[in-house]
Amino acid sequence: MSERSAAATSRPAFQPGTRNPYLPMPARVIEAITETPTIKTFRVILQDETLMREFSFEPGQVGQLSLFGAGESTFVINSPPTRMDYLQFSVMRAGENTTALHSVRAGDIIGVRGPLGNCFPYEKMKGKDIVFVGGGIGMAPLRTLLLFMLDNRKDYGKISLLYGARSPQDMAFSAELPEWLSRSDLDCVLTIDREAEGWPHKVGLIPNVLLEMNPSPENTVAVTCGPPIMIKFTLQALEKLQFAPEQIVTTLEKRMKCGIGICGRCNIGEKYVCVDGPVFTLAELKDMPNEL
Amino acid sequence: MVMSTDTAKKFVSFESLPDFLARLAQESRVYAPRREGRAVVYRLWGPDDKAEFTARPTESCKQVIFPRSEALFYFSRGGEGENPDASSLILQEAPEPGPAVIFGALSCDARGFLAFDPVYDGCGTGGKAKDVYYLKRRELTTLVVRTCKTPLNTCFCTWVGGGPASSEGADALMTEIGNGWLFEAVSDKGAALLQSLPDASEEQRAEGAASREAAQGVFPQPADIKDAPVSLRALFDSAAFWEKQTAQCLYCGACTYLCPTCYCFNITDESNGIKGLRMRSWDNCMSPLFTLETSGHNPRPAKFNRLKNRVGHKFSYYPKIHSGRFSCCGCGRCIKSCPSSVDIRKIVLDAIKEAANV
Repeated sequence: MSERSAAATSRPAFQPGTRNPYLPMPARVIEAITETPTIKTFRVILQDETLMREFSFEPGQVGQLSLFGAGESTFVINSPPTRMDYLQFSVMRAGENTTALHSVRAGDIIGVRGPLGNCFPYEKMKGKDIVFVGGGIGMAPLRTLLLFMLDNRKDYGKISLLYGARSPQDMAFSAELPEWLSRSDLDCVLTIDREAEGWPHKVGLIPNVLLEMNPSPENTVAVTCGPPIMIKFTLQALEKLQFAPEQIVTTLEKRMKCGIGICGRCNIGEKYVCVDGPVFTLAELKDMPNEL
Repeated sequence: MVMSTDTAKKFVSFESLPDFLARLAQESRVYAPRREGRAVVYRLWGPDDKAEFTARPTESCKQVIFPRSEALFYFSRGGEGENPDASSLILQEAPEPGPAVIFGALSCDARGFLAFDPVYDGCGTGGKAKDVYYLKRRELTTLVVRTCKTPLNTCFCTWVGGGPASSEGADALMTEIGNGWLFEAVSDKGAALLQSLPDASEEQRAEGAASREAAQGVFPQPADIKDAPVSLRALFDSAAFWEKQTAQCLYCGACTYLCPTCYCFNITDESNGIKGLRMRSWDNCMSPLFTLETSGHNPRPAKFNRLKNRVGHKFSYYPKIHSGRFSCCGCGRCIKSCPSSVDIRKIVLDAIKEAANV
């Protein structure tokens, strides 16, 4: 593929009424869903009706969730812009903020800042086949783009999804999996690391299952997200499958604070993950200093 | 901005200077350098204070515009004490700051703000997300720098486009002549500040020009560091070079706190149940915590990774996205106050030499 299919250059479109970019928009949690023992999904509506009506973002952009008194952390908006009844965020319990966020219940008010960061190159992916490879909580950003593409189905070619987790209990978005598995316009493969009783799907590490699926790189873009070790071996598998660096899209994580390219901690060389990312092609990553 | 020299050049004798400062202090918070023990620090000036306009300030004046710690906003919940009602929330922005004057700062200090300006004006988001706190203080602060006549052996402002009488980033320049100070406004804010002062005579102006020229003469000739951005990038993976260059670094971070161009910050919440605030505070990229992720992964685990990023940011990454301007004003405080004698000039020069040999 000669064309750089996935340049990541779009900038956050700051919401009207938020002249002060540090001031979160109060948002009411309408549903808190326990996905797995460590992942909760929150569906929120901005309290200000005008802000909610005018909130616009692109698949892959992130938001900062505030639990006042605990702090603020960055999460992808994992509901697609084609479904604006609410904004959805999935939070894996890992540190202080995320542990505090797990205590949030329906009816609580939290803060949202965003949208922040760039987006998936969904325009440049039109007309191409798409291979999604998601691991664990890394399914969250892929969910946004997957649902966006399913909602604009005719714009894209064949869509495949390989989603893996350690065990059946660790699979997030389990309520949606039956539909994804049954859709005729989506080739969905699920895998877990080790055999589990009653598991009818694949067993095996994601990169190995991907090699088994053997997707063609021809006119295809692969989008992958997951824990670092999975990403590392998935990128190797994709390269083995003859995917060029320009055909591989992934998202990065860094410790972030401001989310608007000022506070200075999420840089890799002169790129700031919060504004130049979080979405990068492998080709872009190869141009950057090796400091992931 | 072009201003008529007639309105912009003023003179104040040494004896009348406290009266001028007192007049300014009626309208604004006035910050001036003064001695505290062995240090010279910028402090709020009062009529009983003796300002220090000879020795070089130990710290920069950045905290006047970028406070060490400041409230971004306050939040409160309904409920009582330790049992806040999570379904209620009131947010209140921090009050706007008042006008301020930084008086008698160094040229290098003023040029430090030039590194902040584009970043805090939101260049990262194409101007969409601007740092309203910084921009407001910058707008409301009038900065008077003085011609610096006594470089230390750690000074290298001339390497990075500065000089002892540079007024870049400032609103007015003051130069010692005979029995007082010649003031020259270089912005509208500066002209407004100096308005009430008597005009300088032809003789005083000539004396000022001569004094500025003499100051230029005692500063070091600039070293050629135009290759630094490319050289530093080329050495990114050269762990041996960086380990050697950073061997004596204690990662105490003194350099970052004293640096006029270091602009990184942290954001934290403080609360006591139903009330609290979100604040931002200076942060320090020499600390391993700066980039430590919740998973335990740290992209800059070793001190050489961190000092490499600090030098790289100032002399390679920042210039790449800011038209070649270094994020360094050459004040030399990071060298002078480093407890283990790390010298950023040497690192940059060695990198240029090393990259040429690779």
